[in-house]
Amino acid sequence: MKSQLPLFPESASSVSPQVDALFYAWTVISILFTALIAILILYFMARYRRRHEDQVGLPERAPIWLEIGWSAIPLAIALAMFAWGTKVFVQIYRPPSDAVVYYGVGKQWMWKFQHPEGQREINTLHVPVGQAIQMKLTSEDVIHSFFVPAFRVKQDALPGRYTSIWFRPTRPGVYHLFCAEYCGGEHSKMIGSVVVLEPHDYESWLAGGQPHTLSGAELFAQLACQTCHGEGGSGSGMAGMAARAPRLAGLYNSKVALSDGRSVVADESYIRESILNPMAKVTAGWQPIMPTFQGSVTEEQLTQLISYIRSLSEGDSAARTGP
Amino acid sequence: MNTSATAESVVASPETGFERPNYLNAEYGVRSWLLTRDHKRIAILYLVSVSIFFAIGSLFAMLIRLELLTPEGDLMQPDTYNRVFTMHGVVMVFLFLIPAIPAVLGNFLVPIMIGARDLAFPRINLASWYVYNLGGLFVLWAMVNGGVDTGWTFYTPYSTNYSNTHVIATGLGVFIIGFSSIFTGLNFVVTIHRMRAPGMTWFRLPLFIWSHYATSLIILLGTPVIAITILLVAVEKGLHLGIFDPKLGGDPVLFQHLFWFYSHPAVYIMILPSMGVISELIAAFSRKRVFGYKVVAFASIAIAVLGFLVWGHHMFVTGQSIYAATVFSVISMLVAIPSAVKVFNWTATLYEGSISYQTPMLYALGFIGLFTLGGLTGTMIATLGIDVHLHDTYFIVAHFHYVMVGGTIMGYLGGLHYWWPKMTGRLYPAFLSRLSALLVFVGFNLTFFPQFILGYLGMPRRYWAYPEEFQVFNVLSTAGASILGVGFILPLCYFIWSMRYGKKSGDNPWGAIGLEWDTPSPPPTENFYTVPVVTHGPYEYNPQEVHERTSHPEARVG
Amino acid sequence: MASTAYDNRLEGLAAPHGGHHPSLQHQFDSLEQQKESSTLGMWMFLITEIMFFGGLFTAYVIYRSTLHGVFAAASHELNVNLGAVNTAVLIGSSLTMALAIRAAQVNRQKLILLFLFLTMLLGSTFLVIKGFEYAEKFEHSLVPGPGFQFMGMTYRGFAPDPEHVSPEVLQVGDKAQIFFSLYFIMTGIHALHMIIGIGVLLWLFILSWKGRFDSTYYNPLECAGLYWHFVDIVWIFLFPLLYLIGAHVH
Repeated sequence: MKSQLPLFPESASSVSPQVDALFYAWTVISILFTALIAILILYFMARYRRRHEDQVGLPERAPIWLEIGWSAIPLAIALAMFAWGTKVFVQIYRPPSDAVVYYGVGKQWMWKFQHPEGQREINTLHVPVGQAIQMKLTSEDVIHSFFVPAFRVKQDALPGRYTSIWFRPTRPGVYHLFCAEYCGGEHSKMIGSVVVLEPHDYESWLAGGQPHTLSGAELFAQLACQTCHGEGGSGSGMAGMAARAPRLAGLYNSKVALSDGRSVVADESYIRESILNPMAKVTAGWQPIMPTFQGSVTEEQLTQLISYIRSLSEGDSAARTGP
Repeated sequence: MNTSATAESVVASPETGFERPNYLNAEYGVRSWLLTRDHKRIAILYLVSVSIFFAIGSLFAMLIRLELLTPEGDLMQPDTYNRVFTMHGVVMVFLFLIPAIPAVLGNFLVPIMIGARDLAFPRINLASWYVYNLGGLFVLWAMVNGGVDTGWTFYTPYSTNYSNTHVIATGLGVFIIGFSSIFTGLNFVVTIHRMRAPGMTWFRLPLFIWSHYATSLIILLGTPVIAITILLVAVEKGLHLGIFDPKLGGDPVLFQHLFWFYSHPAVYIMILPSMGVISELIAAFSRKRVFGYKVVAFASIAIAVLGFLVWGHHMFVTGQSIYAATVFSVISMLVAIPSAVKVFNWTATLYEGSISYQTPMLYALGFIGLFTLGGLTGTMIATLGIDVHLHDTYFIVAHFHYVMVGGTIMGYLGGLHYWWPKMTGRLYPAFLSRLSALLVFVGFNLTFFPQFILGYLGMPRRYWAYPEEFQVFNVLSTAGASILGVGFILPLCYFIWSMRYGKKSGDNPWGAIGLEWDTPSPPPTENFYTVPVVTHGPYEYNPQEVHERTSHPEARVG
Repeated sequence: MASTAYDNRLEGLAAPHGGHHPSLQHQFDSLEQQKESSTLGMWMFLITEIMFFGGLFTAYVIYRSTLHGVFAAASHELNVNLGAVNTAVLIGSSLTMALAIRAAQVNRQKLILLFLFLTMLLGSTFLVIKGFEYAEKFEHSLVPGPGFQFMGMTYRGFAPDPEHVSPEVLQVGDKAQIFFSLYFIMTGIHALHMIIGIGVLLWLFILSWKGRFDSTYYNPLECAGLYWHFVDIVWIFLFPLLYLIGAHVH
C-alpha cells in the first residue's frame, strides 16, 4: 500500500475527498498565479533588458483599473476559497447524530483509547468501517495532538478539558496515528495506528477478549458515588433518607443551574471538573459537601465514569420517550 | 540622476589619491567602534553580530537536515534533536530574522534616505546593540549549558511544568532581545516623523522607509506582549507563580493567544523590511518608478494593521470555537490582498523598464517568485478545511521557510549586495556573486519544496525519526540544504575579501537615484556635506517624468 | 551633545547646527525639533508600556470570567484600606510631579527641587505601604507555591469556620493561586516601574541641583512626568480590578 515515492496521501475517511478537492483547487490556483508571475518576469526581463548604459525606464502609465482589478480578483478568489474551506471545516468538526463516542487520552508518550463497550487499548485504535466515530480527547500532562493523515483530521488534546473530532472511516486498513503537537522527549515515537476493520471483523475483535478492567459502573460503586447520588445515579437517598446530591441520570447534556446564579451545560468538561473540583460549580439547591477525587482517579477512570454517566442519560431519555 | 539640486554639486568627486573623510576613517580603534553613536557604525556592529548568530543558526539547521537524512534517529538522541531544532528556531527568529534587515540595513539607511544626520536617539541606538548582544549571551549561555527543548514557541504546560532544560535563561534572553527591537523601532518612528530633510514629504519617502515605518509600528505594539508572556512563563517556572497551569485551573491556550498575538505580527516584522528592500531594488535595476507607489506604501501599512488580527489562525485545531476560527480565517485571507498587490506592482514595474541583471536584481526577482509561493501556500493553510490536515506538518515548515528564507533572507542578501558599495566603498566580484544568488535560489527550492509534499503526506513537524515512506523527500531536502549552505558561505567570503581587495566602487555604481546615492561612498559621519533639499519623488529616473511632475504638481498618479 | 574631534573637523563642511544651545544634540537642527522628538519618543515608549501591561490585564480579565467565584473570594483577602491610601498617595505624587514641571516653566529653581523631592517621597511611601501588604500575604501563606494555603472561600454564603476547614475547601483554594500569582506579578511589575521612576527622578533632581532646567529647556522633566503619570494610571486600573470588583459578593 505504501510505495517508496508517494505523492498523494492515502484517503480513507468520508471527509478526506472533500479536503483533497479543496487542496487540489488551491494547488491549481497557486500554480496558475506563480506561473503567471514567473512568465511575466521572464518575458519582461528579456524584452526590456537594458540596451545601453544610460537607458532609463519609460514613464509609468497606470490605469487605475489595473490596481483595482488585481486587488479585486485575488480578493474574490480568497473569499470563495474561504467559504469553501469553512464549509469543509464545519463538516470536520460537527459530528453526525449517529456518531459513537470513543475516548482518547494523550500522555507522554502514548495514546490510551477507550471503546464505548469499555474495551481499552494503547497506541492502537480498532474501529469499524463506515461507522461515524467521535473522539473525545484529553491529556494527562502536556498538549498532544491526535492526527490521522489518511482521515485528514487533527485535534489537540489539552490537559484539563475535553476536545472532540469525528471521522467516518471508508476503507479497511492500517493507518498512521501521529502526535502532531510537540510534547517533549519521545514526541516522534508517539506514533500509533488506527486499524479500520470490516464490521464483523470488528465484532470478533471486540469479542476477542481484551483484558477487561473496571467498567464505569463498577468504578462508580467502588468510589461509593451511590451513597449520595443514589443507586445508578438515580438521585434517591439510601434507605428512605433524603438524597444528599443531585440525580445523575439525564444529567448529560442538560442545563444545570448553579448556586451562584449562573447555569452551565453538563458536558464532559463540566462532569470532569465536578468530580475533580466539586466546589467550582455547585448545583443550585445542594450543599457543597462532595469531596474531591483529584488524585484518586486517573484520566482514564474519569473517561470511564463520564461514559457511565452518559449511558445513564441514554437509558433515561429512552425511558422518558418510551410509552 | 539628480534628486536634489543642492546635493548634485557635491556628488561628483573624482577618484584621487585623497581619501575623503568618511564614517569608517573618522576614528580608529576598538573603542571608537564600541562607543560610537553613529548609526552607520552601529549598523556595521549589528552586521557582525547578526552574521555570527546566523552562522550558529545555520549550523543547527545542518544538524537537523543530517539527522533527517535517514528515517531512524541515528545521528543523535531524541533529546539532543529536540534541543537542536529549538535552538535553530530561537536563534534564527529572535537573533537573526527579526533584527537582520531593520538593525543592519535600516540602521544604516533610514537616516540617510530621509536626509537626516543621524537617528533621533543615537545613544539608545547604541544601547540597542548592547542589549541585543546581552540577550544573545543569555541564549548562548543556555545553549552551552545543555540548551532548551521546548521549541521556539515555548508552549505551556510543557515549558512551565515538564521541560527540565534552560527555559528561563532562554526566555530571559528573548525578553532582553525584545528591548533592542523596541529601541530600534522607537528610533525609526521618531526619526521618520521628525527628522525628514526639507521637502521630504510623506509621499516622497522611499518605499524602504514606508516599510520600515510599518515594521516599527508592529515592533512597538507587539514586542511588549511577547515580553510579558515570556516573563509569565519564566516566573511560573522559576517562582511557581502559576498562570497557565491547568492543574490550578489555568488555561494553556491563553498562552498561545498571547504568544501568537506577537509572534504572528513578528512574521511581518521579518517580511515587511524585506519588501521595502525589494521595492528599492526593482526600481533601481529597471530604472523606473515603482508602479503604484502609493498603493505599495499603503499596502505596507495595511499588512501591519491586519497582521494584528489574525493570530488565531495558529490555533485552528486547539478546539477554539468555529466562529472564532471563521473570523481569523477570513482576516487571514484579507492579509493576502495587500501582499498580492505588492507582487503585481513589482512585476508591473519591470514593464517598459531598463532592466539590468546585477546581483541584487537577481535576488529581488528570486524574492518575488519565492514570496509568491510562500504567500499562496499561506492562504492555503489559512483555509480552515485544509489547515486541519496541514497544521503542524512539514507543509507549515515549508510555508514559513518560503516566507522567511525565501522572503526575508533573499531581501536581506539582495539589500546587502545593493548597498555594500555604499557601506564600504568597495565592489565584490560580479560573477561569484551571481553564482551564489543562483545557488541560493536553486538550493532553497530543492530544500523546501519537497517539504510541501511531505507535509501533505502527513509528516508531522519536530520529528526526530519518521516512517520510511517519507525518506525520499527528506533526502532531497538535505541535498538542497547543502547547496543552500554553499550559497550562503560564498557571500561571506567575497564580502570579507572585498573590504580590502575589492575595486573602489565610486559613489553610485548602479546609477541609482535616492538620497543615499547623492552622498559619497562610504558616507561622511553626518551623512551629507550640506543638508539636502528634496524637490520630487523617490524614483524619478525618467527626465520626462520629472518634467511632468514639476509642471503639473497636482497630477500625481497612484 | 558630545562632539568628537571629527565633528569639529566637519564643522566647516556640515550645515551649521542652529541655535547652539548647550543642550542641543548634534543630530537635531533646533531645540524645538529635539523637544518634539523626545516627547514623541516618550509617547511611543508609553504605548509599548500599555501593550506590556495590556497582556497582563488580558490574562486577568479572562481568568476573572472563567474562575469567577474563586477570584471574587480571593480578592477579599486584599487590604482595601491600604490600597485606597496608596491610591491617594500616588495621585498626590502626580500632582507634585506636575507642579515640578510648572516650577521649571516659571523659572523657580528651588521649587523644582522641592516638588521633585516630594514626588520621590510620595513614591517611596507607596512602596513602603506595598511592602507591608506583601509581608501580610507572606504571613497568611497567600504566596503561590508549595506552601500556599487559601481558606477564604467565603462566597456563596458558606462562611468558613476557621476551626473546621474541610479539605474540600482547601482544594478549591488551590485555584486561588492564579489570582495571587497575577496579583504579585501585576503589582510587582508596577512597583518595579515605580522604583525605576524614582531613580529617574533622582537623576533629574541632581541635574536640577546643577541648574540645568529653566523655562527654555525642561524637556527631560516633562518626559519623566509623562512616565510618572503613566505609572500612576496603571495603578488606577490595578486598584479596582484587584481590590474592589467582586468584593461585594460576600
